[in-house]
Amino acid sequence: MKKLRIGSGAGYAGDRLEPALELMEKGNLDYISFECLAERTIAIAQQQKQLNPEKGYNGLLEHRMEKVLPLAHKNKIKVITNMGAANPQSAVNVICKMAEEMGLKGLKVAGVFGDDVFDKLDNYKNVTVWENGKPLSELDGEVISANVYMGIDGIVKALENGADIIVTGRVSDPALFLAPLVYEFGWDINNYDLMGKGTLIGHLLECGGQVTGGYYAEPGKKNVERPWDLGFPIIEVSENGDFIVTKVEGSGGLVTKDTCTEQMIYEIHNPEEYFTPDCIADFSKVTFENIGKDIVRVKGATGREKTDTLKVSLGYKDCFIGEGEISYGGPNCYERAKLAALIVEKRLALTNVKYDELKIDFIGINGIYKNNNRKYNTPEEVRVRVAARTKSKYDAVQIGNEVETLYTNGPAGGGGATKSVSEIVSVASILIPRNDVEAKVIYREV
Amino acid sequence: MKLWDIAHSRTGDKGNISNVSLIAYDIKDFELLKEKVTVEVVKEWFKDIVKGEVKRYELPQLGALNFVMNDALGGGVTRSLALDKHGKSLSSYLLDIEI
Repeated sequence: MKKLRIGSGAGYAGDRLEPALELMEKGNLDYISFECLAERTIAIAQQQKQLNPEKGYNGLLEHRMEKVLPLAHKNKIKVITNMGAANPQSAVNVICKMAEEMGLKGLKVAGVFGDDVFDKLDNYKNVTVWENGKPLSELDGEVISANVYMGIDGIVKALENGADIIVTGRVSDPALFLAPLVYEFGWDINNYDLMGKGTLIGHLLECGGQVTGGYYAEPGKKNVERPWDLGFPIIEVSENGDFIVTKVEGSGGLVTKDTCTEQMIYEIHNPEEYFTPDCIADFSKVTFENIGKDIVRVKGATGREKTDTLKVSLGYKDCFIGEGEISYGGPNCYERAKLAALIVEKRLALTNVKYDELKIDFIGINGIYKNNNRKYNTPEEVRVRVAARTKSKYDAVQIGNEVETLYTNGPAGGGGATKSVSEIVSVASILIPRNDVEAKVIYREV
Repeated sequence: MKLWDIAHSRTGDKGNISNVSLIAYDIKDFELLKEKVTVEVVKEWFKDIVKGEVKRYELPQLGALNFVMNDALGGGVTRSLALDKHGKSLSSYLLDIEI
């Protein structure tokens, strides 16, 4: 029976590169996919494209392709990635230029797009925004991008036309992995049992090392071998959708039913209905079985018919966030830290700084957890963090400044002050009819 | 004992919703988790962080529960003022519950 081996080369935009190269050298792969496009990354990429029409693809594209292209060419591994971001067309040109400079011949590079619906937003003015329940026309903040999560169509088409390297804009993360299965095995896209199985494959692979012992270690309880050498995952799939999860022998990390269980439940809500553009996947009956060292057999995924809508992710200019931090230590440090926070609050009021929300954390005491009923032991050091959301950049700047002035004006012994200001592009979501969207593909050969 | 002694956990985020898994190391402990770690217990534990509804899904064959907590991330990952905007560390906080 025909089998296919797919590797995951990245779990997020800035992920490690060496494990991907290790997979391409030693993983006996047919395909490798790189998931590099977080929710609002595309909005920021859109802004870059506005400044320079040749930009707007992932900033690490060249860095990755410099090492990936020669290996893909040598070992005949097809590469699929969403590093095209806001500009897959330009990413195709960059890749072709790099391949030419490297002297690589016989590569067909495809760009998949059609996800950008920014120009059609007028048609959706009355559509309800998930996040606030109001019509899109009432969204508070300038919309700067609108991209549909597309399914597998464009990638499958590119594969049918012989593409070796495929760069996409926004597609669902699992689609990067499901598409080659549909193409290679000739799966019927209306066979939702198979679509569900393929979606689980994508879901387990899309976060890279998170299924091979990354984001897992708990010293003494969940030990991970050489996490600095963490191997990225490989899934070997049979034509009927049965599959195993594994990694390159000798690499760091581990693959067990426990690592797989953690990753399967990661970012899903109701396990019976995981909505994707290609099916509603059902993971509720999935089982994992350890069948060898770092080999897990997975069974039981299925799915139901896809919905007739697709999700659009809108990036909009939302607000500014200003932050400042300063540390106190030694006897009575928590009291000095609390006084520092009080001084900042009073100063912001005195100087008439406007903010929508202010947050004060005492890092070491309640920096990441809030539980007002809990008693804390006196810490040996504590870091005050003040953060506020503002409408103007000027006000955001004052937050960090008022923390910094604690150096010469605040309680005794404050040290290590830092400050920052960020312009926040937020994400809102709407659903639009599936039929409004059509994937487009361009090709270039070297 | 703490949940940490018998279970492990991972947090995921979508917008302003956090989901936290709770997975028994030994599947025999699943019934105990089901009995002790109810929606009410979790809601109470996270009450100063989570402002919305909490739902629990069961995956008995994996010895796992999945808690989906609404309005849990300070307005959502992009605009939250929290140090841990994704709520990634909430998994370890769940494991601190004494049963």
